[in-house]
Amino acid sequence: MIAEVAGALAQLVVVAGGAPLLVGVLRWLKARLVGRRGPRPWQPYADLAKLLRKEAVVSTTTSWIFRFTPYLLVATTLVAALVVPVLVSRPALGFAGNIILLMYLFMLGTFFLALAGLDAGSAFGGMGSSREVAVAALAEPTVVVAVLALALRAGTIDLGGVVERFAGDPLLVANPAHLLAFAAFFIVMMAETGRLPVDNPATHLELTMIHEAMVLEYSGRYLALVEWASAMKLFLFLTLLANLFFPWGVPAGPGPLALATAALAIAAKLAVLTAALALIETSVAKLRLFRVPELLAGSFALALLSVMSVFLLR
Amino acid sequence: MLRQLRAALRAGIVTEPAAASPEAVELLRLGGEVREAVHRRFGRSLHIRQVDAGSCNGCELEIGGLTGPHYDLERFGLRVVASPRHADCLLVTGPVTLNMAEALRRTWEATPDPKIVVAVGDCGRDAGIFRGSYAVVGGVGDVVPVDAVIPGCPPSPRALLAGLLAALAAR
Amino acid sequence: MSATVTAAAGAALGLVAAAAGVAGVLGVEWSLRVPWLVPPGGLELTLDPLGGFFLALVGTTAVPASIHAGGQRGERGGAAFLAFVAAMAAVPLAGNAITFLLAWELMSVASYVLVLGARDSRESLSAAWVYFVMTHAGLACLLAAMLLLGSWTDSLRFADWSAAPSALSPGAGTLAFVLLALGFGAKAGVIPLHVWLPMAHPAAPSHVSALMSGAMVKLGIYGLLRAGLDWLGPGPAWWGVAVMLAGTASALVGVLYALVDRDLKRVLAFSTIENVGIVLVAVGACMVFRASGLEALAVLSLAAGLYHALNHAAFKALLFLGAGAVVRAAGTRNLESMGGLVRRMPWTAAAFLTGSVAIAALPPLNGFVSEWLTFQALLQMLEIPRPELNLVFALGIAGLALTGGLAVACFVRAFGIVFLALPRSDQAAAAREAGIAPRAAMGLLAAACVALGLAPTLVLPALAGVASAVLGTPALDAPADWLTVTVSGRFGGLSTVAVAAALGGALLLPLAALALARAPGRRPGETWGCGRILQTARMEYTGTAFAHPFQRIFDFFYRPVKRLDIDVHAESRFFVRRLAYENRPRPIFEEWLYRPALEALHRAAHRARALQSGSANVYLLYIVAALLVMLVLA
Repeated sequence: MIAEVAGALAQLVVVAGGAPLLVGVLRWLKARLVGRRGPRPWQPYADLAKLLRKEAVVSTTTSWIFRFTPYLLVATTLVAALVVPVLVSRPALGFAGNIILLMYLFMLGTFFLALAGLDAGSAFGGMGSSREVAVAALAEPTVVVAVLALALRAGTIDLGGVVERFAGDPLLVANPAHLLAFAAFFIVMMAETGRLPVDNPATHLELTMIHEAMVLEYSGRYLALVEWASAMKLFLFLTLLANLFFPWGVPAGPGPLALATAALAIAAKLAVLTAALALIETSVAKLRLFRVPELLAGSFALALLSVMSVFLLR
Repeated sequence: MLRQLRAALRAGIVTEPAAASPEAVELLRLGGEVREAVHRRFGRSLHIRQVDAGSCNGCELEIGGLTGPHYDLERFGLRVVASPRHADCLLVTGPVTLNMAEALRRTWEATPDPKIVVAVGDCGRDAGIFRGSYAVVGGVGDVVPVDAVIPGCPPSPRALLAGLLAALAAR
Repeated sequence: MSATVTAAAGAALGLVAAAAGVAGVLGVEWSLRVPWLVPPGGLELTLDPLGGFFLALVGTTAVPASIHAGGQRGERGGAAFLAFVAAMAAVPLAGNAITFLLAWELMSVASYVLVLGARDSRESLSAAWVYFVMTHAGLACLLAAMLLLGSWTDSLRFADWSAAPSALSPGAGTLAFVLLALGFGAKAGVIPLHVWLPMAHPAAPSHVSALMSGAMVKLGIYGLLRAGLDWLGPGPAWWGVAVMLAGTASALVGVLYALVDRDLKRVLAFSTIENVGIVLVAVGACMVFRASGLEALAVLSLAAGLYHALNHAAFKALLFLGAGAVVRAAGTRNLESMGGLVRRMPWTAAAFLTGSVAIAALPPLNGFVSEWLTFQALLQMLEIPRPELNLVFALGIAGLALTGGLAVACFVRAFGIVFLALPRSDQAAAAREAGIAPRAAMGLLAAACVALGLAPTLVLPALAGVASAVLGTPALDAPADWLTVTVSGRFGGLSTVAVAAALGGALLLPLAALALARAPGRRPGETWGCGRILQTARMEYTGTAFAHPFQRIFDFFYRPVKRLDIDVHAESRFFVRRLAYENRPRPIFEEWLYRPALEALHRAAHRARALQSGSANVYLLYIVAALLVMLVLA
C-alpha cells in the first residue's frame, strides 16, 4: 500500500516535473541543429516560475469556461499520468481504463480548450479551435487501429498487459506489424501534440497557428498551467511510444530499486525519441493545413497495414 | 531533408559571444531601480513582443537578426512571443504615428503586469528624423511609459542585445 | 387541456411506465390478454426483460419532457402528447402483431399531429407530410412482414414466433428480416431512410423533439432487436454485417451533416442519426458474434448497445430541452444569430454543456461509458476466425473512432457558437433565462447523465441480464466490484468513479497550490485583437467558419452546391451592385435516391392512369376479375 502510493507519487513527480525539462531539451536540440547555441535545457522552469508571478489579464468577453479550462487541462493530464505506464507497468490508475480512456481524457482537455478559444470572441481563437478539433478528430481512427494491432498480438487491451506481454518477447522489434504501428502512432503524436509538420509551436503568424491560436488570450498563471499541461501531454505521448513499443526496463511493481531503474530507462528512451523528434522538426517544413488530412490518412493506412500484417503473420 | 541536415551540421554553431562593449553601456539609459526590479521580477526569463508603431522597418531588420543563429537571443532566456498577453517586455520601434498610437496603447494595456517597455532607435526615443511631422505623435514615451531606450538609427543587433541584456540584468 | 394537467398526467404516466419497465428488467413477468377486444387475435400485453427495458426508457424520458411541457404557455396538443406517450409505452408491451401495429400507428399519428403543430409555416407542413409518408411506408413494410410471419407460423402472437424460428426456410426468414428491418429502420432514422428526421424533429416543439429523438427512434431499434434476435431466431452472420455497415454509415453521415448545419435543432436531429448508428454497430456486432457462437461477446455487445440507447435518451432529451429554451429566448433556430448566452442563461448553459460533454463521449459521463463498452466488444473481434468479418469489424472500429472525434468537433461548435463570446443579434443580447419547469427538467436529465456515467457497475449487470434473456444464454458473471467494470476476464477494465475522483482531486491541486503561493490576481481587459479599434460581434468566428475545415476535408461527401449571382449596374458592368454567394452541402440522398425514385413512381402512376377509363362497367369488370382471382388462390 505504501509502496503503491510512493510509486504513484514518484510517477506524478517524474511526469509533472520532467515535462518542462523535456520541452527544454527539445528546444535546445532544435537550436543546436540549426547552428544556434540555444536556450538552456531548464529554461522552461524559469519561464513557468516567471509566469506564476505575473498577473492574469482576463477579457471581459469571456465566461467561467475560460478560467476553468487551464485547471481542467492540468487535471486531465495529471490523471492520464497515472494511467500511462511511465515507471511501472501497472500504475495507480491503470485499472481504471486503457488506451480508449487515455484518448478520450485528452479529448476532454481539447474540448474545453477549444471552447476557451471561442470564448474570447476573437477570430484567432475561433480559428485555432476549429483547426484543432479537425486535426484531433482525424487522428482518432489511427490511434484506435494502431492500438488494435497491439491488442491483437498481446491478447489484451489493458496497457499494463500489453507492456508485460511484449517485454517478454525477444523478437518484438523484428515484427513488421509492430514497426508499422509505431510509425502510425509517431505521426499521430506529432498531430496531437502540435509539432511540425502539423503545427509549428514557435510561430508568430496567427494564420499558421493551430494550438497556439487558442492560447493567445491566456496570461499569467493560466498560461503557466496551459503550457505545463501541453508539455505533460507531449511527455505522455512520447512515453506511450517508448513504453508500449519498446517496453524494456518497465518493472511490474514499485520498489525503490525498480523505480530508479525505471526512471533511468524512461529517461534514456525519451532522450532518443526527443532527438528523433528534433531531427524531424528541423528538417521538414510545416504542412499546409489542408494537406494535414492527407498526412493523417497516410498514418491511418499504416495502422491498417499493421493490423493486416497481424492477420497475415499469425 | 538529409541535404539540409548535412548542411546544418557542417556549418556548426555560429553564435557569436555577446560582449558588453563600452559603447553599448554608454548608449543605454536605464534607471537603476528599474534594473533591480526587473531582475527580481523576471529572473532569467523575458518574453518580448515587438510592436511596430510606424517604423521604416530598419529597426525590424536588425531585431530580426537577433533571433538568428549569429546573435541568438534565446540563449539568454529571451524569447519573442506572438501575443502581448504572453509578453513581459514590449519592444517598440518607430515614431508613434497618429494611426498607431491607439493600437500601441491597447497593446500596452493587454500586456499583464509586471512589464517593461523598451523603445528602440532614435525614432522610439523622440521620433528621430520624423520629429515634428504632422503624422507622428512623438517618441514612444509620449504614448506609453518607457523603461529603457536603445538609441541608434538603426541600432546594431549587438547594441540591441546589450540593451536588452542590461534591461534583464541577467549576467 | 391546460399545460399543467398535461404535464402532471404525462409525468405520472412516465413514472408508472418507468417503474413497470424496471420491474420487467429485474425479471418480473406479467401479461394481459383480452381476446375479444381487437380482432383478429385480441389485445395482448406482455412484459419481458427487453420490453421492460424499452418501457423504462420511454417512461424515464417522458417524465422530464412532461415537466418541460408544463412550463410552456399556450401550447396546444396536450391530448396528442398524452396519446403519444401512452402509445410509446404500449409498443414494448405488445404481445401480438395487432396490438403492436395499433400502438405503432397511434404513436405515428400522435407524433404527426404534434409535428404539424399550429400549421403556421410551410416548413412544418412539409416536415409533417414527409414524416407521414415515410412512417406509413415503414408501416406497410411492417404489416407485410408480420402478416407473412403470421401466415407461415399460423399465429400472430410474438411468443409463438419466438418459439418456432426453425419453421421458416432461410429465404422466408431473410424476406421477413429485410421487410422488418426496412420498417423499423425508417422509424429509427437509419441511412438512407433518415430524410424525415432532420425535417420533423426541428419542426416539433422541443419537448416533443426530446421524446421523438429520445424514445421514439429507440422503439425502432427495439423492433429491430425483436426481429433480428427474437422472432426470427439466430440469423446468419450477414444480417449482422448489414446492420453494422448501415450503423457505421448512419453514424458517419449523421455527424458529418450535423457539423455543417446552421439550425440548432437540425444539428441535434442529425446527431440522433449518428447515435442510432452507433447503437446499430453494437447490435450488428451482437448478431455476428451470436452467429459465430461467441455468446459472451454477443451479450456484451448487446448490453453496450442498450446502454448507449439509454444514454442517448438521457443526453439527447437534455440537449433538445436546452435547445428549446435557447430558441425561445433568442427567437430563432439559426445558431449564427446567437452567442453570449452563457451569461444571460447560466443554468441552461450548464445543462447544455453537460449534455454536450456527454454526447461527445468524454469521461467520466455516460456517453463515454457506452462508447468504451462498444469499443471493448468490437476490439475482441479476433475471436471470430473469418477474415471477411474481421475486416468489417475493423471498418466499424475505425468508423466509430472517427465519429467520436467528429462528434466532439460538432458539439464544440454547437455549444461554443450558441453560448460563448458576444451575442450576434439584438434578441440574443436580450435573452432571458428559461422558466423553473424547463430548468427542473434539464436538471433531472443532467443528473441522470452524471449518474449513468458514474454507476456502470450497477447498470451494466442489469443490461447484461436483459441481453442474456433475449439471446437465451446464461447470465454473465457479475463484472467485478462496485468500483470497476471489467470485460471478458482481463481484457479491459474501466472505473469512471476513480477517474472522476482523480479529476476532482487534480482540479483542486493547482488551485490550492496557487492560493497558497499567493499568486497575483486577475485584471479585466479587452480581448486581444491586434490593437484593432473596433471590437464587435462581427469579429467573432461564425458557425460556418468553424465548420469550414470539415467542409473542405470532406468535400467529396458534401459535394457543395456553389452559386454566385452578380448584379451589375445598368450603366456599366464594371460596377457591381449586389453579390450573392451560396455554398451549401448538397442533399445527396434527396437528390440521388429519393428524387429518381419518386420520379419513377410518378411515371409508373402516369402509365397506370390508362386503367382509369371512367366507365362504371369497366370498374365492375375489374371487381369481378379480382374476386375470381382471390377465389382461385384461396
